[in-house]
Amino acid sequence: MTAEPTAPERFIRGILPENPTYRQLLGLCPTLAVTNNMKSALTMAGAVLFVLFCANVMVSLIRNLLKPHLRIVAFTLVIAAFVTIVDRLLAAYMYTMSKNLGPYIPLIIVNCIIIGRCEICASKESVLKAASDAIGQSIGFGIGLSSIAFFREIIGTGMVFGTRVLPQIWPDWVIMILPPGAFFTFGLLLGSVNYMVNRKNTSIKNRDSMK
Amino acid sequence: MTYITDIFLIAISAALINNFVLYYFVGICPFIGVSRNVDIAFGMGFAVTFVMTIAGSISWAITTLVLVPGAPFTRFIAGFFLDPGQAVQIDLTTLSYIVYIFAIASSVQFVEMYIRKFFPSLYKSFGVFLPLITTNCAILFACLTIMSHVAGVENPADVWGLSKALALSFFGGVGFTIAIVIMAGIREELDFCDVPECLQGAAITLIVAGILAMAFMGFTGVDSGLRVALTGG
Repeated sequence: MTAEPTAPERFIRGILPENPTYRQLLGLCPTLAVTNNMKSALTMAGAVLFVLFCANVMVSLIRNLLKPHLRIVAFTLVIAAFVTIVDRLLAAYMYTMSKNLGPYIPLIIVNCIIIGRCEICASKESVLKAASDAIGQSIGFGIGLSSIAFFREIIGTGMVFGTRVLPQIWPDWVIMILPPGAFFTFGLLLGSVNYMVNRKNTSIKNRDSMK
Repeated sequence: MTYITDIFLIAISAALINNFVLYYFVGICPFIGVSRNVDIAFGMGFAVTFVMTIAGSISWAITTLVLVPGAPFTRFIAGFFLDPGQAVQIDLTTLSYIVYIFAIASSVQFVEMYIRKFFPSLYKSFGVFLPLITTNCAILFACLTIMSHVAGVENPADVWGLSKALALSFFGGVGFTIAIVIMAGIREELDFCDVPECLQGAAITLIVAGILAMAFMGFTGVDSGLRVALTGG
């Protein structure tokens, strides 16, 4: 890393070059657990967006008051407070969804993406940078979750968002919506992302050596 | 008799059938990150089991004594300010997440100090993993599962006692250890395999974990069969 990234750079970085799911391999528990259909994956991404945004802004506001040895505790407390808010909101307005997601909403507290962003970005940068970083990272997380959920739902049930898109003749691969399917889908998608990144890097290297 | 059967079934279910890692996907980070070597994986599993048992029983105690409506401690404190009818209605379960995360963080800190003082050799073998465990989702997941069986249960007979909470948290940790040690064993062999370049590292580990999860799916239904065998009906 050379110069300190600016706010728009932080935003872009979260979406693809430093995608939390595929490039940093953070927050794997929800990535695998709530991706058996698109709806719960997007709800989860929304919840993470809210918590990460609020926590990043809050930590950035109090960054000058933080004592180094107590900072992780402070981050966790801030995150836990916002997660409680999200959990109550979901239980009030989206009751069935909150029942479906079950313990994975409270588990956002120990999601490494959020603690990681508070530590890496929010505790050092201004509010604007922290906010754009939070939005970029959560959009990246949402892309990661929904790509996995898309493949799992369409192969496992032939549906997307509960609407049938594949013909009735399609035999539903039930294994894809069961736990093993999550590991397979994520493993294969991660492999293809790695493949594309490698190919891009080698083509850049080849072009540079031609010059 | 049925109580002991229940505890036995909770233990089997937490360790094998609904394995924390392979069924609920909690604790995936150490499962991928610290499973290169069987000895280290075993140390990690042991540390998680240790902390999970302590944190699980602490969170059971806090939930039962302080958080649920009509809990003795809250009733006692509120009794000074409110009349008894209002005091039993106080419901503090909204605070549970914040309380649990503090209970986990402080029990990790406490366990670390205790082990450093009294078991220096043990500290050397798994001391480095202890701070990491604070942010391990498996521990918080165990606490939340216990909470879901203590708070908001309609039938008072279904509320879990301490022994059930202990069984869940200890055998959940055992299940984590089983999964991570098997994974480390496979990965040690995987080093000698010709894996395509793009799948190396985390990707092939996830695919192997998928096969492992399929194997663990074979345990599905064992609990109901065992219940029939043990209670005769």
